[in-house]
Amino acid sequence: MTEDIDVGAVATLVEDSGEMGTPDGTREVGRSRRRKEDAKLVTGQTMWTDNIQLPAMLHLAVLRSPMAHAKITRIDVSPAMSMPGVVAVFSGADLKDELGSLPCAWPVTTDMVQPDHPPIAYDEVRYVGDAVAVVAARDRYQAADALEAIEIDYEPLGAVVDMEEALKDETLVHSDKGTNKAFVWPLETGDVDAAFQDAPVLVKRRFIQQRLIPTAMEPRAVVVHPVAAADEYTVYSATQIPHVLRVMLALSTGLPEQKIRVVAPDVGGGFGSKLDVYAEESIALIVAKRLGRPVKWTESRSEGYQATIHGRDQIQDVEIAADRDGRIRGLKVDLKADMGAYLQLITPGIPLLGASMYVGIYKMDAYRFSCTGVFTTKTPTDAYRGAGRPEATYAIERIVDELAAELDMDPLELRRRNWIQHEEFPYTTAGGLTYDTGNYEAATERAMELFGYDPLRAEQAKRRESDDPVQLGIGISTFTEACGGAPSRILGQLSYAGGGWESASIRMLPTGKVEVVTGTSPHGQGHVTAWSQIAADALGVPFEDVEVLHGDTKSSPTGWDTYGSRSVSVGGVAVHLAAQRTVEKARRMAAHMLEAAEGDVEFSAGTFSVKGSPEAKKTIQEVALATFAAHDMPEGVEPSLNAEYVFDPENFSYPHGTHLCAVEIDTETGFVTIRSYVAVDDVGSVINPLIVEGQVHGGLAQGIAQALYEEAVYDAEGNLVTGTMVDYLVPAAPDLPEFTTDRTETPSTSNPLGVKGVGEAGTIASTPAVINAVVDALRPYGVNDMRMPATPERVWRAIREGSTGGDRAAEGTIAWGGSQTATTAGAESGSAQ
Amino acid sequence: MIPSEFDYVRAGSLDEALSVLAEHGEEAKVLAGGQSLLPLLRLRLATPSVLVDLSRAEELRGVREDGDALVIGAMTPHHDVMHDPLVGQHAALLAEATSTVADPAVRHLGTFGGALAHADPAGDLPAVALALDAEMIVASGSGRRTVAARDFFRDYLETALGPAEVLVEVRIPKLTGWGVRYEKFHRVAQAWAIVGVAAAVRREDGSIAEARIGLTNMGPTPVRAGSVESALSGAPASQDAIGSAAQSAAEGTSPSSDLSAKSDYREHLARVLTRRAVVAAAGVSS
Repeated sequence: MTEDIDVGAVATLVEDSGEMGTPDGTREVGRSRRRKEDAKLVTGQTMWTDNIQLPAMLHLAVLRSPMAHAKITRIDVSPAMSMPGVVAVFSGADLKDELGSLPCAWPVTTDMVQPDHPPIAYDEVRYVGDAVAVVAARDRYQAADALEAIEIDYEPLGAVVDMEEALKDETLVHSDKGTNKAFVWPLETGDVDAAFQDAPVLVKRRFIQQRLIPTAMEPRAVVVHPVAAADEYTVYSATQIPHVLRVMLALSTGLPEQKIRVVAPDVGGGFGSKLDVYAEESIALIVAKRLGRPVKWTESRSEGYQATIHGRDQIQDVEIAADRDGRIRGLKVDLKADMGAYLQLITPGIPLLGASMYVGIYKMDAYRFSCTGVFTTKTPTDAYRGAGRPEATYAIERIVDELAAELDMDPLELRRRNWIQHEEFPYTTAGGLTYDTGNYEAATERAMELFGYDPLRAEQAKRRESDDPVQLGIGISTFTEACGGAPSRILGQLSYAGGGWESASIRMLPTGKVEVVTGTSPHGQGHVTAWSQIAADALGVPFEDVEVLHGDTKSSPTGWDTYGSRSVSVGGVAVHLAAQRTVEKARRMAAHMLEAAEGDVEFSAGTFSVKGSPEAKKTIQEVALATFAAHDMPEGVEPSLNAEYVFDPENFSYPHGTHLCAVEIDTETGFVTIRSYVAVDDVGSVINPLIVEGQVHGGLAQGIAQALYEEAVYDAEGNLVTGTMVDYLVPAAPDLPEFTTDRTETPSTSNPLGVKGVGEAGTIASTPAVINAVVDALRPYGVNDMRMPATPERVWRAIREGSTGGDRAAEGTIAWGGSQTATTAGAESGSAQ
Repeated sequence: MIPSEFDYVRAGSLDEALSVLAEHGEEAKVLAGGQSLLPLLRLRLATPSVLVDLSRAEELRGVREDGDALVIGAMTPHHDVMHDPLVGQHAALLAEATSTVADPAVRHLGTFGGALAHADPAGDLPAVALALDAEMIVASGSGRRTVAARDFFRDYLETALGPAEVLVEVRIPKLTGWGVRYEKFHRVAQAWAIVGVAAAVRREDGSIAEARIGLTNMGPTPVRAGSVESALSGAPASQDAIGSAAQSAAEGTSPSSDLSAKSDYREHLARVLTRRAVVAAAGVSS
C-alpha cells in the first residue's frame, strides 16, 4: 500500500542541505504516498477503544439529567443494585471526594470565574446530559436497564439558554458565583477612536456563530484496566490528548502520575471534541479502582450529542471603518462566547484563539477586541475544528464583503487594496501577531484562473436582469490562520497552563530499521505515513523501514498531542531535528569506522563517505549494527544512535489561501446548491500532497456544513432538540460539490521544514466563502446578511422579507409529522413493522 | 442506545408469525426491515416484549402481475422494488419514489410493506401508495381483508392494522403509460422529506385527462391533493394551467411546524413542488 500516486505537483523541500533523501536517491518528502494506516482501517483490523475486551471487564452506563438546571433533592441508587448483572451503582456523593473537579487549564484572566466541575453532579445539575449516577454491570444491556431503576428527584432551578438573557444574571447557572459572566478579555492596538472618528464609511453587523456538535465517526469510549499487583492503571481512551489526559487525571484524582498509563489506541476522528478531559474518563478510573476490575464505557451517538463538548456558539458584533477609496482604518469586535454550564479543558481560551485573527490578512491602523465569556445551562463548549479562528475569519471576511457592497466596489478589489503585500512579510498586524510569510496575490491569481471569476460575474448579471428563478452568487474568502501551536513563551503570556513544544525520538534498531517516537497523537491525520517520510529522508533509510510509535504514555512518554493544526509544524519538525541528531551521532561512529576525521565524512542518501575517497563508505545501517555491537567505539562516545529532540517554535505559522464559491439559489424554494468551489491553499512546504488534499477536502466539508447544514438547537427549557442525527444534519458525500483544489507554496520561516499546518484550513476558509456567496446572490432582494446555517426555509424567508432568515423554530415542535425523529415522535402508538 | 429486553421470534412462515402475534397481542411488534423500528427500540420509545421477524417468510417477497394490477409482497426490499421490471413498466411512480428512500444500505434492508405499516407521513411511500389507489391485503389468524390506501393511514404512525394483523401484500392498479414524477424536497440526500409530491398524469391529446397527486409530510397522514386533481382534469397540458391548478395544493392539508420547517413554508413548498411534479409528469417543457 505504499506505491506513489500522481496527484499533480510534487512539493520541493525548503533547504537543500544535500544530505537528505532515501537510498535510491529520491526524496520522500513531497511524495503522495498512500497512507500506511489505511490497510488496517479498511480491513476492519483497527483497535478502537470499544473493541478492547479484558477478562472480568464490567460495563458502565451513566444516568444523565433530563433537566437543564435543577437541584437534586433525593437520589436512591439502591433499587438499581438489585437489577440483574449489576455489580455497583454510585451517585455523585458516593464518589465526589475521589473524583475531584474536572480541570480547566486556561484561566484566561486572573479574575475568571472558575466553578467547581464535579464529574458526577451531587448537588445541582446544570445541563441536560450532566451525569448524576453510574452503574457498573456485567454487560452493557444490564447496565442500561439498571439506569431506569435509579430514583432521583429534582427541584427545577430555571434554564437560561440565551447568552444575552444570561448576562442579566437573573437566573444564575452557578449561584455561588453571583454572576453568569465568566470573564471579560480585552485587546486593543492603535488609536481606535481616531480610526473610527470621522471615518467616511462605517459598516456594522451582528454575526451569529451557531452552536455546532462535533460528530467524529468514532464515539468517545474509555476502558480502564487496573493492574492490581503494580497498583497501576491503564486508561485506554478515544482521546486526542493521551499525554495531557495523564497529567490531568493525576492532578484531579490524586493518583500518582507514574501509576497512570494512558493509551490512545486507534482513534476515529476528534475535531477538537476529544481534546478534553471528560467526566467519564475520571469516573471509569475511579470505579475501576474501587471495584478492582476493568471497566468500559462507550457513548451512544445521542448520548454524545449531549455529553461531549459542543463548538462555536458566539455572538459577534463587528464594526469596520474605512475611507471612501476602500482603505480599512480600523475594526472593532465585541464578542460574546457561550461557555455552556462549565469550563472544560480550554473552554475559555477558544474564543481568544481568534482574538488576534479578526484582522485577517488586512492592514489597518487600529483594532479593538473584547470577549465576554458567558455561562448558560447548556452542554459546555470547547475546541471545534479551527477553534476561534473560523469565527474570526468568518467575521472579517463577511464584514469586508459588506464594506465592498457599501462602497459599491468589487469585493476582490477591496481585498487587494488592503491585504499585506507579499514583499511586506514578516508583517506585524494590528492583531499583534507577526505573520512570517505569505503571498496572497499568488493564491488569489491562481484561484481566479481556476474559478473563471469574470464569466461567472457576467452570468450573475444576466440572471439578475432576466429575473431568473435561479440566482447566482459568488463568495470570496481570502483567509489566513495561525497554526503551529505553540511557542510555549506565548502560551505563558496568554495564561495557558501548558506548553506548546513537541518531542520526537529516533531509535536506530540493530537491523538498521527505525522507530520514530512522537508526542503527537494522530486520530486520522496520517502521522505514521508523514513522519515516516520525514525520517526516511533525514536518515536516508527506506520509507518502509520506519515505524512510528505514538499515543501511549509508556512508549511515547512526552508530548503535547494533536490539535490546532500543530502536529507537522511542531511534531513533524521535531522528528526531522531528532533524525539530524541521529545522523550526527552516526557520523562520529562512521568516521571512526572509516578511520577518517569527522569533518571529512559526508552523508548522503543513507551513506557516509569520506571526502576524496568515494570507495570508503558505510551505510547508516552498518553504522547502526556496529554501534549496537559496540565492540569498537570511539573514545567517550556512548554506544547508541538514538536521539531525542524537543522543538519549541519561535513563532506560529500562517497558512493562507483564496477560496471562491459559486452558489445557485432556487428562489422559489430557497434551496442553495454549490455549483463550484475552488480552494487554493498555501500551507507552506508539503510532506505528502495526497494527505494535504484529503485534509482540505474534509475541512471544506466541515466548513460548508456550518454554512448550510449544521445547527444545534435548544428549546427554552434547555433541551437539545437536535438530539440525534435525524435532526442535526451532517452532510455526506452526495451533498457536497466536486472541489477544485490547488496550492501555492510559500514556505514558513517559523520552522526548518517550512511547513505550516493544514488540518483546519478548509474549515476556516469555507464557511464565509459560502455565506458570502449566498448573500451575494440575495443582495438584490435587500438581503445584507444571512443566519447560519442558510437553510432553504431561511433563504426563502430572507428573499420574501429582505431579512437574515431569522431564528430557527426552537418551539412549536409537535408530536407528529415533519420532525420525523424518534426523539419527538409519539411512536408508542404506532403499528411499526 | 440500548433497547429494553425483548424476545425475538424468527417466523419461518406467515402462519407462524400470525400465531405468535395472536398470542402476544399489543405486546408484540412485527419486524420487517427494521429501518424505522430499530431506532425506536434503541431510544426506548418503543418497548415491545416480543419482536416477530418476518424476514424468513419467503411468501411475502416478490412482485407479480394479477390482471390489471401488480401485487407486491410486503417484505420486498426497496432495492428490489425499484429495480423490478414490472414496477418500472406499470408503477413507475413507485420505482422513482423508492429510489429516493434514504441510502443504498437502507434500501437493501427496508421493505415496502414495512414502510407503509410504519406510516410515517414523512416517508415517501405512503403518499405514493395513496396516489396510486393501492389496496392493502391484511392477514390475521381469521383470514384476509383488503383495506384501501385511503382508509389504511389513520393518523401519525397509525394504520388500520390491528395488533394481530400483518400487512402481507400491496395491490397496485397498473398505470401503464402514465407520466410520473416524485418531487422530494430534503436538505441532505439521506434525510426525510420536508415535503414530497407524488404525481401521476395521463395525457390525452394536448390535455391532462387524469392526474393523481399524493403529498408527503403535509399532515399526520399522507394526503391527496384533491382540488388540484379536479382542476387538472381536462386542463391543457401547459405551464400556466398546471401552475394555476397547483395553487390549491395545500388546501385541506395540516402540515406541522417543527425544526425542519414551519407550516407556511411547507404549504408554499407543496404548491411549488406540485407544479414541478405535474409539469414533469405531463412532459411539459419548462
